[in-house]
Amino acid sequence: MRDHQISRRTMLQLAGAAALPLAAGLPIHSARAAASTLTIAYNVNLPSFDPTVGVSAVNPTIQSIYQAIFDPYIGQAADLSFKPGLLTKWGWNEDRSKVTMELRSDATWHDGSKVTPEDVVWSLTRAADPKGGNPIQFVWSKINNFKIDGQTITADVVEFEPVLFKWMAFLTGYVLPKAYYEKVGAEGFEKAPIGSGPYKVDAFERNAFLRLKAHPGYWGPKPAFDTVVFKFVTDPTSRVAEIESGGSDITFEIPYEEFDRLKAKPNLAGLTQPISDIGMIFLTDIDPMLDRNVRLAANHAIDKKAIVEKLLRGYGVPIDTLEAPGYAAFDPSIKTACDPELAKSLLAKSGYSTAKPVKFTIQTTRGFKPKDYEMVQAIAGMWRKVGIEANIEVYEIAQHFELRARHALAPAAFYNWGNAIGDPTTSTGFAMFGPSPHSAWKGKDLIERIGPLWGEKDDAKRIAGWKAVDKYIAEEGEVIPLLQYVQPIIHKKGLKVVPQANGMILPQLVTQG
Amino acid sequence: MRWSAILKRLALIPPTLLGVGAIVFVLLRVVPGDPIAMMIPPGASPADIARLRALYGLDQPLLAQFVTWLGQVASGDFGRSISLRQQVFELVGARLPATLELAALAVALALMMGVAVAVVGSLLRGSRLEWLLDTANGFFLAIPDFLWALILLLGFGVLLPLLPISGRLDPQLAVAFRTHFYLIESLLTLRFDVAADLLRHMLLPSLALALPFAALVARLLKAQLAEAEDQDYAQIAHTRGFSRTTILQREVFPNALIPTVALSGVQVTLLLGGTVLVERIFSYEGIGNMAIDAVINRDFPLIQGLILTFAVLFIALNLAVDLLVAVLDPRLRHG
Repeated sequence: MRDHQISRRTMLQLAGAAALPLAAGLPIHSARAAASTLTIAYNVNLPSFDPTVGVSAVNPTIQSIYQAIFDPYIGQAADLSFKPGLLTKWGWNEDRSKVTMELRSDATWHDGSKVTPEDVVWSLTRAADPKGGNPIQFVWSKINNFKIDGQTITADVVEFEPVLFKWMAFLTGYVLPKAYYEKVGAEGFEKAPIGSGPYKVDAFERNAFLRLKAHPGYWGPKPAFDTVVFKFVTDPTSRVAEIESGGSDITFEIPYEEFDRLKAKPNLAGLTQPISDIGMIFLTDIDPMLDRNVRLAANHAIDKKAIVEKLLRGYGVPIDTLEAPGYAAFDPSIKTACDPELAKSLLAKSGYSTAKPVKFTIQTTRGFKPKDYEMVQAIAGMWRKVGIEANIEVYEIAQHFELRARHALAPAAFYNWGNAIGDPTTSTGFAMFGPSPHSAWKGKDLIERIGPLWGEKDDAKRIAGWKAVDKYIAEEGEVIPLLQYVQPIIHKKGLKVVPQANGMILPQLVTQG
Repeated sequence: MRWSAILKRLALIPPTLLGVGAIVFVLLRVVPGDPIAMMIPPGASPADIARLRALYGLDQPLLAQFVTWLGQVASGDFGRSISLRQQVFELVGARLPATLELAALAVALALMMGVAVAVVGSLLRGSRLEWLLDTANGFFLAIPDFLWALILLLGFGVLLPLLPISGRLDPQLAVAFRTHFYLIESLLTLRFDVAADLLRHMLLPSLALALPFAALVARLLKAQLAEAEDQDYAQIAHTRGFSRTTILQREVFPNALIPTVALSGVQVTLLLGGTVLVERIFSYEGIGNMAIDAVINRDFPLIQGLILTFAVLFIALNLAVDLLVAVLDPRLRHG
């Protein structure tokens, strides 16, 4: 028995020994960041490594991580324009009945094997499989019957999809390794994923961090940092603390007040970038939104400039259509003026006034996007002045999705809409086309106008058509576009971060100096 | 506590878990927010949505879904997470040890601090310092754990950046673990550098959890000590010439400990509940942090698995506390 007993002296010695390394490591931040390591305090957790299947595949916020590990078929530049990725050439034939893609020959997987045309065909076929779980399957299923000739791949067009190649740069548009995936299976791939991107997975602690190492066989420019750590810091206050304490080199999606405070610090720098994400208010075509005067009044009563300046500290761009500047169908000539007197006169035509206001509910999230609830409060205040009494109802984002899919949103519902490929189909199209499960406006007027544009083969005509639809929507007040979000990025001085219009923070583009 | 009483308590566990499971199962499906609505692609047709619902078994009647789930759980299959696309059992098994280690450290810190404050407070009974100590204790008790988390985050993470404020382990450390009990494993394998790094990461979140708990322990124990000190047996010992410290140590403390342990047991379950927000704030990779993501994503199988895990923990803790109280209190031990 005595052999197992620890004397007080021994206990103290053991405690001292254990405390030594703890104490020695206290000034942790001074020693932790090696020069070749870039640490990003990231705002969301990484749920899954497969960028083509499941909920996370369509989460735009996670794409920065995916684009560090995997290569999209087609690359995207900082301004949303498209550039070669794994595919060096792509296009349609004359009558849009075939597509041709050319795969670069110098790309390798993280295990050293070559990226082959078979990988591309397998990835596209898998993505098009209705049972495969790819949320964008409806796009990928538009081509089939693939043929390989050297590095060139051709396919037949089942149904013309004008934005097929644009999708190849974004959600689920990634090439995965056929041989490796078939060898390890879905579960094995989750545990040890490989891609062909600039970084390979080195370590992953769910809900904590992802450590990446530079892929020596990467076909593109060698990244400036050998190691990249994504720390999953989902709480904005904690992200502010991370960057302020020196625990991370870059962070983003922080409150604008904190951004202004942090960028004034001597060791930090801040940059902002308008991104392909907008704030808007869905109008559901139910009473009272069936009244054009009410819709237009609700539009004209809002001072978007004041909202951006006063609530968002200037970090936002007021918009009047669902197409933000930089999108393919952006038309600066479409304007909806802030005119409270016009709003009053429109309401008066329908028998409403400040004494006898039109009443409806507006739903909003609270804290899901910067100042979402505060913006809706401000809007309700502006509406009150012209004769609209809005009852504010707070809901969770999951509720929003469910209500929208059931066409059960309140007459007005605040939401944010991302469109990283900048095409009107993925903004005005899906948001306003009645048959889309994401549309709150089911009116025939828009179905008739938008319907023919889905398959329009002449791109100039297609874009002009979308601009005309946006103009019509603005004239009818069928949605309330509010603002284009501006992304605040804070980083350590001495780093050069390339902001992307699609909102991604790409570690492969971060350099020193 | 007699064996029959223990068996009775154990027999109540399955129906309790069944009740918890049923309530959670129904509530998740009744409140608005549907995992399928979260993943509907832009161009989905009603048929596509129906296919997705069928894929996750959400097209079945509620009772049929519950019976299927119950059958799976009975065979040890908690289903597959919708958002994380892995087995729930595997996911929870990987993260639960992190929470258990954090909670254990928090409880240890809380008990050490609470007992120390209570004993010092008792020794200072009647002095001005006792008032000061009680006031400070009230202050610590009034601030909830998540607020302590933010205070500690800003205090020791930003103003005086001595400790890491996110994660469980320094991402730069290349360490392979055989189990998910990182701290215990690193101590057992004598990797003190790793253990020290783990402790550094755990210190602030565990303190946030421990401070209100410690204040409660201090208040309870101090009151019990005062009550026990006024009892006849303590007064008799005093008249027989024993010093106050000896009386406190030998007579008063063991008697005051029993109600404190009983009430602290309840508090430990609250502390476990507190890990949800504290883990989130410190980006600590436990089941609390995972639970928030599961709720945001309406990941039904994962939420169900996590709540059942919390329920099992609460039941086990309560049983353990009852047993401990029985061990400490001979009146209960002998019926």
